[in-house]
Amino acid sequence: MSSRLWILAASLFLLGSLVLGVLVGPADIGLGAVFESVAARIPVLHVHSPLSSTDEAILWDIRLPRVVLGALVGAMLAVAGASYQGVFRNPLADPYLLGVAAGAGLGATLAVVYLRGIDFQSTLPPAAFVGGAVAVVAAYAIGRSAGVGAGGATLVLAGVTVAAFFTAVQTFVQQQHSDTIQEVYSWILGRLPSSGWRDVVLLLPYVAVAITGILLHRRLLDVLSVGDEEAASLGVHVGRVRLAVVLCATVGTAAAVAVSGLIGFVGIIVPHAIRLMAGPSYRLLLPLSVLAGGGFLVLADVIARTALSPAEVPIGVVTAFFGAPFFAVVLRTSKRMAT
Amino acid sequence: MQLPVPLAEGGFVSRLLLGLLAALFVVLVAASGSPAATPPHRIVSLSPTATETLFAIGAGSQVVAADDQSDYPKQAPRTALSGFTPNVEAVAGYRPDLVVVAFDPNGLSTTLRRLGIRVLVQDPAKDLAGAYAQMLALGRITGHLPEATRLVASTKTRIAGLLERATPRARGLKVFHELGPDLYSATSATFIGKVYALFGLKNIADAADSAGSGGYPKLSAEYVVSQSPDIVVLADINCCAQSAKTVAARPGWRNVAAVRTGTIVRIDDSLASRWGPRIVDFVRAIAGALAHLRR
Repeated sequence: MSSRLWILAASLFLLGSLVLGVLVGPADIGLGAVFESVAARIPVLHVHSPLSSTDEAILWDIRLPRVVLGALVGAMLAVAGASYQGVFRNPLADPYLLGVAAGAGLGATLAVVYLRGIDFQSTLPPAAFVGGAVAVVAAYAIGRSAGVGAGGATLVLAGVTVAAFFTAVQTFVQQQHSDTIQEVYSWILGRLPSSGWRDVVLLLPYVAVAITGILLHRRLLDVLSVGDEEAASLGVHVGRVRLAVVLCATVGTAAAVAVSGLIGFVGIIVPHAIRLMAGPSYRLLLPLSVLAGGGFLVLADVIARTALSPAEVPIGVVTAFFGAPFFAVVLRTSKRMAT
Repeated sequence: MQLPVPLAEGGFVSRLLLGLLAALFVVLVAASGSPAATPPHRIVSLSPTATETLFAIGAGSQVVAADDQSDYPKQAPRTALSGFTPNVEAVAGYRPDLVVVAFDPNGLSTTLRRLGIRVLVQDPAKDLAGAYAQMLALGRITGHLPEATRLVASTKTRIAGLLERATPRARGLKVFHELGPDLYSATSATFIGKVYALFGLKNIADAADSAGSGGYPKLSAEYVVSQSPDIVVLADINCCAQSAKTVAARPGWRNVAAVRTGTIVRIDDSLASRWGPRIVDFVRAIAGALAHLRR
């Protein structure tokens, strides 16, 4: 299949997921009514929405922003995972590799514990973002001071070290304040908040800048995949490319984690599924990861919202539960195709 | 003079032995019975609910240490002891003769009993009857049974009085009990849910009741808004700074009945998560909101 067809297929997948996400939810709003309500928002059509003001609010202020948020978070995590796998030439790299998750977790815990008396839904995202950024900067400083190893291996080890330390501090603080466990726990399991457009507006600039930055480097990542020395001999400034891509992926991931908590698996499974289906070239892999990652998380959230409706399942549970078998199938079929 | 007959002598000795044995028996029985007879005077309470009850039945002076969550009443000897991750050595360090816990992790009670310390495990009560039984058990073990009996009787009377006036207003109304801004709630299977059932309120969390949620499901925002509950009870005002204002500002919530009528009840987080004597205050808060609603 040509790259254009792949992009088209992934775009349709994202679009279909978005439409499904808007149509399905715990509140029973008929399909036709949803379409009419959408038409009513288009000025030239002069259609009146059949929905009550409550259903209008559910559709436009709760459901739609959450679907958009899911697409942004999914796109960000998937493309960040793909980039990390590229710059570190490590198939197991995920967006949380350099300690973003642990740092953001510590930031979120500190906000929940020490900023009691303030609505933590407004203090948690910035605190988590700062924590994630601090962790990655620390990892980078440690990695640099130890010298640059092959394929950034020292950086990865520094990330593991920092993550272990931050997780320890977070667990300690949480133990000291066991009454706050519920709030922290719910964030750690990952959830898309129904916080309206606020979080979408908060997240959008970071994701837009990060994804643009990563996509601009997609050709260089292909060059990098042959090896540091080979890439250098082709005139690529390896260190600079690695820093730029890691910076973009990290800032975007930190922002996504700040609003949605720790949603696992998306950053690993989506890029690998695409590699197995469409090939390993980053020129195609990165844009496909953006589209398919967004679609995948929106679908996962549809399941999270409806499986036990009106109760919700943590979305991290859904991504792993449905993602893992899907990945196993992709792995099997691609192997059969190769042999 | 007649010499003692060997047989009689033997009879005397054996009678003496028997007497000694009997005395020993009495002493042993008395000794083994004494801890039950003398009430404990060094109580460690790792349960905030038990702490409240102990003070309410006049056993407060017998409490030497309470856990870090025991913030009521003010004179409770709150310490750094944790009821969630208790340290046996730290508990034993208070040389307690009775430890009351609501949660028994890692074989805590077994270890304490091995040290010769009595342990009373009082799990979260499932309903009011269970809460009353625990109050009486605390009264019995601390030597304040009459006070505990009076406490239970007065609690019952006051709740019945509040319910009598409020129930006619409550019938058919929907309640949403909020444990956190993530919309964790409590179904009718929980202690707090059973209190709402006493009013005849319809609990919107019941539709989300499943075996896995343990009675505390996380509800969809869409669902809560579409149900439009008549009463919203916020049990997250301390932990998460929620208020009528923050609720009204949530996307889509301005159409919720409770927001329109201002029937948003603020409950101290600790009040809604305990099953002690202050349950009356909780019932009164709900009754007050209902009175406001239909005035």
